[in-house]
Amino acid sequence: MLEIDVKRKMVTSDGDRILHIETKVDEQELLCLFGKSGAGKTTLLRILAGLTRPCEGRVVFNDTVWFDSENHINLPPQERNVGYMFQDYALFPNMSVEKNIRFAQKNRDNEQIESLLQLFDLVSLRKQMPSKLSGGQKQRVALARALAARPSILLLDEPLSALDHEMRQSLQHEISKAHQMLGVLTILVSHDIDEVCALASSVMIIRDGVVSKQGTPSEVFSSGALAQASRLLSEISSLSEFFLGN
Amino acid sequence: MDNDFVQTLWLTGKLASLTTIILLVISLPIAYWLAYKHFRFKSVITSLISMPMVLPPTVLGFYALIAYSPQHALGRFLEETLHLRLAFSFEGILLASIVFSLPFMVQPLINGFSLIPKSYREAAYTLGKSPFTTFMKVLLPNLRESIITAVAMTFAHCIGEFGVVIMVGGNMPGETRVASVAIYDEVQLMNYSTANRYSFVLFLISLVILTVVYGINGRNKNHVGN
Repeated sequence: MLEIDVKRKMVTSDGDRILHIETKVDEQELLCLFGKSGAGKTTLLRILAGLTRPCEGRVVFNDTVWFDSENHINLPPQERNVGYMFQDYALFPNMSVEKNIRFAQKNRDNEQIESLLQLFDLVSLRKQMPSKLSGGQKQRVALARALAARPSILLLDEPLSALDHEMRQSLQHEISKAHQMLGVLTILVSHDIDEVCALASSVMIIRDGVVSKQGTPSEVFSSGALAQASRLLSEISSLSEFFLGN
Repeated sequence: MDNDFVQTLWLTGKLASLTTIILLVISLPIAYWLAYKHFRFKSVITSLISMPMVLPPTVLGFYALIAYSPQHALGRFLEETLHLRLAFSFEGILLASIVFSLPFMVQPLINGFSLIPKSYREAAYTLGKSPFTTFMKVLLPNLRESIITAVAMTFAHCIGEFGVVIMVGGNMPGETRVASVAIYDEVQLMNYSTANRYSFVLFLISLVILTVVYGINGRNKNHVGN
């Protein structure tokens, strides 16, 4: 169980705002954070990873206190055992695909390397350097690397944002596989309602710095203009990709 | 080639090499600290390190000479505890050279660290790696171009150092007489052919160093372009 109750000041284009997230998330969930740009989705992921310090509050994961402002506890990222996939992938340019994945391992495990390379269809690319990879390939490597550390929580910051429709669907499948393989809590940021519905077991909508809705995708999106508007945006995006592609 | 000529060039190379090696070792953590840490008086520290770039070398040499004097704390400490006299010695010009060339090593390294995306460090941390492992395995290999530039610029700068060396070390053959001082000395003695030999060697070394630096940087830019 992940328990979050944190506050953090954010600077947005609309001025300063307080991000206040208070929620509990079950283990083995695949939670999607949904909301406008600047809502605080990435900030929340960074707080969980220990990369951004909240102003106050508590973060507790399975009885381990990761952050507690009152008791001055703030575990560094190294001690939280999270797998974080960055928006820019953050693949190390000096390491090949295989070395990037191997770097994440705590103990050398060739069997795990082989299975990750196969799982993400990277066997033929194992010696390639990141600069020679396409966007989709980089994302697969980043995901494989995040998994190689055998994390307790997987945090994915807009993992499918820079991909075309076809590649996005393929990687949705990869993320789903990764989540099943690890069986750990996975939290991902997405703007795409179809993607959320296809992947998530629960959704959290962040609006104006607070959780405005949380539940299963059908509970959250079943009614109202939000679902229709978001679907319409997804359709427009797919159509524009189709026409631009042709 | 006469012994004096070889000895002077050897001493020049030794001073430049030692200065560059020592500066590389101490500048990497300094540059890391200045590039990534936020603290009060950071601009003061950065300015102090950069001072030798604008300060006349004779001013720095003068202060070094004062500091080396046994009448002052540093000089007294060195003489009484380590039995070391820095004024007019190779060790003295080496120390002054390190201080004088510090910005030429530190500045390119700060720029290099700043250009490495923050997410590389953060990714390494979330993968459980310590700041030291991240520094050695992630940052350092991606700093290669900046290290090459910093080393080359520092070495080239040391090779041509004159003001600081003559203030602190004087012109003692085999001890403090480096090529730039020798050129000045030979011109004073109207030995233009010897001065020309020294000058030509320094010219060649500087040209080779800069060609190597621009060549490597140009090649890397083409790689990025591709």
